[in-house]
Amino acid sequence: MLIEAINIVLLGMLALTALAAVRLHDLFAVTIMFGIYSLLAAVVFVVLDAVDVAFTEAAVGVGISTVLMLATIGLVGRHEQRPAHRPLLPLLVVAVTGAALVYGTLDMPFFADPAAPVHQHVVPYYLGKSPEQTGIPNVVTSILASYRGYDTLGELAVIFTAGVGVLALLGLRRRKRPAKEHPTP
Amino acid sequence: MNVAGLYNYWIVILLMMTGFYVVISSGNLVKKIIGLNLFQASVFILYISMGKVMNGAVPILREDVTTYSNPLPHVLILTAIVVGVATTALGLALVVRIREAYGSVEEDDIHRQDESL
Repeated sequence: MLIEAINIVLLGMLALTALAAVRLHDLFAVTIMFGIYSLLAAVVFVVLDAVDVAFTEAAVGVGISTVLMLATIGLVGRHEQRPAHRPLLPLLVVAVTGAALVYGTLDMPFFADPAAPVHQHVVPYYLGKSPEQTGIPNVVTSILASYRGYDTLGELAVIFTAGVGVLALLGLRRRKRPAKEHPTP
Repeated sequence: MNVAGLYNYWIVILLMMTGFYVVISSGNLVKKIIGLNLFQASVFILYISMGKVMNGAVPILREDVTTYSNPLPHVLILTAIVVGVATTALGLALVVRIREAYGSVEEDDIHRQDESL
């Protein structure tokens, strides 16, 4: 029961942080809000038994993403222009989408229900056979590296492609041709 | 029971819609990418919430434990976190490149220079 209480409080804090990120117009503050949000998400993952995900999120989500955003802000400037028009259409779109998603949750299995379909299919097999088939006590590792090894290989292909893309955009021909100066209004 | 059982999903939908709102209402490209990341992190929480089992333990096998939480969503989300950072890096590199070419990262400025809106 304590776990559920902690979960509820943490999710409430996540909601507050996200709303603060929407309200702020200083991009540095927004980025720090995003870092706090990722860190809170990592704590939620620990509470929900996903320790591997938690430390990946804490290292990659909080660390690398935030540093990348800060570096970008250092290059492009930290202040956002205030929008000239009222955000009525985006609010309407968001409200309609949110209502549709809430309707979709109404016949989902309840939180932490052991009889939910997601727990019935291949997972009992992995939990039962993993020690003798792979010899790794951590089932997340054995699925990631062994049962679903090809998915992880595909993930590496995606990361490699993204790295090549970043290098192609920024790294190789940098500063050979100086950017044309545009007057900023 | 109804509200407590669906609370996680509803908060996640609120977080998702917050990120979505930032993406579609903000004119600043960096803030759009931060909104995309907010959306993405909330999807992670949705998956991990579905993997939780009542009184379950961390899925690291031990002698004295019988109930484990579901490890499959954890694996999916581990992959998704790393891919998410890769796409964020690519998006931010595009923003820096746009800033070099246009001298601005505000959508309105860029449209005005292109006379595309």
